[in-house]
Amino acid sequence: MESYWNPYIETLSRDELTILQNKRLRSTLDKVYSRVPFYRGKMQEKGLLPGDVKTVEDLKLLPFITKQDMRDTYPYGLLAEPLETISRIHASSGTTGKQTVVGYTKRDLDLWSECMARCLVMAGASKNDIVQVCYGYGLFTGGLGAHGGAELLGAAVIPASTGNTRRQITMMKDFGSTVLCCTPSYALYLGDSLKDFGLTKDDITLKIGIFGAEPWSRNMRKEIEERLGIEAFDIYGLSEIMGPSVSQDCKCHQGLHVWEDSFIPEIVDMETLEPVPDGVAGELVITTIDKEGLPLIRFRTRDIGSITHEKCACGRVHARMSKLSGRSDDMLIIRGVNVFPSQIESVLLESGETSPHYQIIVDRVNNLDTMTVEIEVSESLFSDFVKGLEDLESRLRAQIESVLGISCKVRLVEPKSITRSEGKAKRVIDKRII
Amino acid sequence: MVITQISAFIENKPGRLAEVIGFLAQEDINIHALSIADTTDFGILRLIVSNPQKTWEILKERGLTVKLTDVIAVALEHRPGSLARVLGELESKDISIEYMYAFTSRSSSHDAMVIFRLDRQQEALEKIKGCSIELISSEILSELG
Repeated sequence: MESYWNPYIETLSRDELTILQNKRLRSTLDKVYSRVPFYRGKMQEKGLLPGDVKTVEDLKLLPFITKQDMRDTYPYGLLAEPLETISRIHASSGTTGKQTVVGYTKRDLDLWSECMARCLVMAGASKNDIVQVCYGYGLFTGGLGAHGGAELLGAAVIPASTGNTRRQITMMKDFGSTVLCCTPSYALYLGDSLKDFGLTKDDITLKIGIFGAEPWSRNMRKEIEERLGIEAFDIYGLSEIMGPSVSQDCKCHQGLHVWEDSFIPEIVDMETLEPVPDGVAGELVITTIDKEGLPLIRFRTRDIGSITHEKCACGRVHARMSKLSGRSDDMLIIRGVNVFPSQIESVLLESGETSPHYQIIVDRVNNLDTMTVEIEVSESLFSDFVKGLEDLESRLRAQIESVLGISCKVRLVEPKSITRSEGKAKRVIDKRII
Repeated sequence: MVITQISAFIENKPGRLAEVIGFLAQEDINIHALSIADTTDFGILRLIVSNPQKTWEILKERGLTVKLTDVIAVALEHRPGSLARVLGELESKDISIEYMYAFTSRSSSHDAMVIFRLDRQQEALEKIKGCSIELISSEILSELG
């Protein structure tokens, strides 16, 4: 028997859902047009008034919004509510020094918890569960997002945050955790670490894993399920839209249900940016229709996948996204953190390097992502002293780590040793097999 | 009196040193002294050669990161105690050594030589003027061939 957190919304008919979406879309557009100069300007450029968009079908008339637009209006230019009503601010790193800032009202936070609670129940969790959240707590939306939903559900939450695997496993065993929320690579790592502490999956009481913030494969799912003795679910979210719980798969595991009463998903062709039919891959575009603080109209996620509106066997009508197959930009996800190669370039430019040649090598060692930045030593960086070069390595490493927020290794290499194709250096070598 | 040393950045990988030294052989560059400071990933190759300017150009052309560095060369007799005496003199003048390397030879009047890179080298050079430390000039070096 399928359980729902919000049976009414989750099992609406397509017609009822469309009526609700149209109504919420219109009121969101009215609001951003009157309150956010950015949207008003963009719509005026296209000669559009809010009244010209009456239904979800008309969405395609509207202009897109990108991460760059969010940086251009940094920090509060896109807020549709006065700052006094903002309850929380999250931020994620961008391609340059500027972060993308997202403000949530109290109601937005409630909506977020609602969506997360739906995801937890969809995975089979209830108020009787003990939820161990090993996503980072902080500006990153993972920790607090999963936390809010588990609390709303009435489960017991362990705000474990990231790191300290020994303590994570001790808590998992001693506190009797039944639901685990973390990145899939960390789940695999935890599974591997069990035996290091003389434990097997029978010594722990986990039943459900909710994993996201980085791409993973079906094989990896199987692997995690076997090692931890759980059923694994794929959760999707992005800080600009909300954080985790924009979508997740149900027990049928046939795609991730997007909570369409709040988020309208579209797939557009990567070249023409025109909407494509169900089942065709393209870039995922999301419009929020129930958010107050920072409504986003046609946000280009840069994630590539497809979508189906067919009703699912679980009884939910909400559209399903396929597993994501990649990115339409050069963003990397390393240990759940977004990394743009240009961030590393900016560090090198700041340290006086005029035309830095570097390469990012990403690998997965013992199920944990590693990042090595190889930097060609030019005359301006070169020192005749070993200490000078070692200081350079550690200085660059510290700067890169502080900009990206994740650890890395820096390796100095000879000029021209980084492979170039047609004069352009290949910036990223991703050796991870997922 | 300083002499010019070539410093080159070299990655720690098999065959690389042989390749770089090969470049000099092809161009008829004679090496008087050589040292490598190594770490796990890279090394700094330091060379005293017959023609520093030309060597710099050869290595630059081959894409290496190269620097010309001023060092001093001290002539020694090849017998017990001579290096200890020089180091003692430096110590007495409060001069620190950044790095050094030594070699012996049969062909010159002085049969041993030490290359020093000194801390605050200009100042250090002034200090050792009064010591009985015999510096080798680049002219003498070039006579070595």
